[in-house]
Amino acid sequence: MSDRSQLISTGKPFAFDQQRDKEFERLAKRYPIRESMILPSLWLVQEQEGWVSQESIAYIADRIGTFASKVYEAATFYTMYHLHPMGKFHICVCRTLSCWLRGKQEIVDYLKDEVGIVPGQVRDDGKYSLEEVECLGHCGTAPVVQINGKFHENMDVEKLKVLLTTLQ
Amino acid sequence: MEVKEVKILSAKFDIKNAHKIETAKKHGAYSTLDKLFSMKPEEVIEEVKNSGLRGRGGAGFPAGLKWSFLPKDTGKPIYLTVNSDESEPATFKDRYILVKDPHMMIEGIIICCYAIDCHESFIYIRGEYTSQVEILQEAIDEAYNAGYLGKTVDGHDFKLEVTVHRGAGAYICGEETALLESIEGKKGQPRSKPPFPAVEGLYGCPTIINNVQSIASLPFIMEKGADAYKAYGTEKSAGTHLFGISGHVEKPGMYELPLGLPLLQVIDTVAGGVWKGRALKGVIPGGSSTPVLLPEEAKTATLDYESMAEHKTMFGSGGIVVLDETVDMVELVQNLIAFYHHESCGQCTPCREGLGWMLKITEKILSGEGSMADIDLLRELCDNIEMKTVCVLSAACTMPVRSYLDKFRHEFEAYIQTDPSPHKKQEQASP
Ligand SMILES: Cc1cc2nc3c(=O)[nH]c(=O)nc-3n(C[C@H](O)[C@H](O)[C@H](O)COP(=O)(O)O)c2cc1C
Ligand code: SF4
Ligand code: FES
Repeated sequence: MSDRSQLISTGKPFAFDQQRDKEFERLAKRYPIRESMILPSLWLVQEQEGWVSQESIAYIADRIGTFASKVYEAATFYTMYHLHPMGKFHICVCRTLSCWLRGKQEIVDYLKDEVGIVPGQVRDDGKYSLEEVECLGHCGTAPVVQINGKFHENMDVEKLKVLLTTLQ
Repeated sequence: MEVKEVKILSAKFDIKNAHKIETAKKHGAYSTLDKLFSMKPEEVIEEVKNSGLRGRGGAGFPAGLKWSFLPKDTGKPIYLTVNSDESEPATFKDRYILVKDPHMMIEGIIICCYAIDCHESFIYIRGEYTSQVEILQEAIDEAYNAGYLGKTVDGHDFKLEVTVHRGAGAYICGEETALLESIEGKKGQPRSKPPFPAVEGLYGCPTIINNVQSIASLPFIMEKGADAYKAYGTEKSAGTHLFGISGHVEKPGMYELPLGLPLLQVIDTVAGGVWKGRALKGVIPGGSSTPVLLPEEAKTATLDYESMAEHKTMFGSGGIVVLDETVDMVELVQNLIAFYHHESCGQCTPCREGLGWMLKITEKILSGEGSMADIDLLRELCDNIEMKTVCVLSAACTMPVRSYLDKFRHEFEAYIQTDPSPHKKQEQASP
């Protein structure tokens, strides 16, 4: 696993774009306390930038009116928040029970060879990042791979080969 | 006993576009609301109690009974949170409801909220469910536009807001109090109980937490009545369940079945039997945290809460995993411990450190470096970690691990006695 305590600074101030700004205000009305906006705000940041920087954490804290440490705590606890830029195609392979039983290791091994990185890494050219994740709730169609949020079920090396060619 | 699928919850799953409100309504969605609002809330709770519906999140707690624990007249709002975290390995049922028939769940939320006098509900959905959350949100928006949610519900003087809250990759947020912490913007660290959420839950207010499938079972109970629901299943395990069958079977998938069917017959007739004509080695009956059954134990087990308890395991989430003769149980245990260790929230030492220790010992055994004392140590750790922590995540790991240690001890011993580590063999070969 990558270090989930270090934040990266972009050296540039962060702000929500217009669309996210509106979404923030809409969502904030749904909760009786402002801190409930921490997770939704981190999602908005990640949607906009692809990852969560030091500046975005300061911005969220400011926007919500809470301590940056509280936002930091959530950003580092929840593993789906990326604390550094990921590949253009972020590939998650489920490593848990049912996927393991139905051949997830072949998929990981193939990806290591073909993409040239091990789980936890981002390729130098920024095209791919690879991660082994825990059960994705699709165990009946195992093994499963999730690429940029899209599920690919009943995977095998042959299907993966074809799939990789479509990722441009 | 006839081993056949039934379609109560999944009645609309095969209908095209049933996730859209027009189609769903054509097939009966929201048709129970007139009846609902003609009843008193206590009558609704009574009906749900009579139906025998038990929580489908894993623990099987009677739904109506839980609702009746809410304190009266506290002056605080009451919240409903719907648990859509669905992260227990081998569990993949709730997502079908979210995607195929979200209006059934929204109708269930309305029924529950009316019964418990709640006007604000949160649906907690795991972050990985990307397309699922979109479909769910669209359905909620449709329900608002059609007047089923908002300042009035279907023209009745009842206000109800429903908000989706996305998790971000933490199994522990399926635990009900960790889920509440997460909605409050904090790390998903479970709270000590008591106080139970029904008394002090979300934002310190009385809160009911129910699983998606529990909530989605309500429209049928409202429409057809408690007796119609009870007609399925057994005396203590009423109704139907969305079973997920995965692992080494010919036809893995999600199947709705009445409770009480014989486990092996379900595996054979519904899921096509063990794949590749291989022999059965074991069955995990209800998600990865439930103790494993040997084939001869599985022979007498039926898919209900009582039978699973008699077999010293649990019904759990109804996620059945079939293990064929090729499975290396020591590797399986390593895979399991790695999951729970990774997902530990870290606040209790026995869980945070103990599971890590168990993982290291298992890896040592796998590498051929283990000793017999390590097997006993693993077993001892299970006993020492369990029930000494804030939540039962640690037990969700130690209970199944103990079952593999007891039922497949010879496989752990084989790693030590026959020393399958190639590295070590080489060492021995060159004196
Ligand atoms: C570690 C852990 C994880 C859990 N994960 C889930 C889950 O993903 N979904 C769920 O509905 N219940 C889960 N539960 C059970 C919930 O705490 C709670 O009992 C349940 O949501 C109550 O709903 P029900 O009464 O309708 O079953 C989990 C419990 C524990 C201890
Ligand atoms: S048992 Fe584990 S997951 Fe549960 S509260 Fe303790 S450390 Fe957290
Ligand atoms: S085990 Fe891989 S999706 Fe559940």
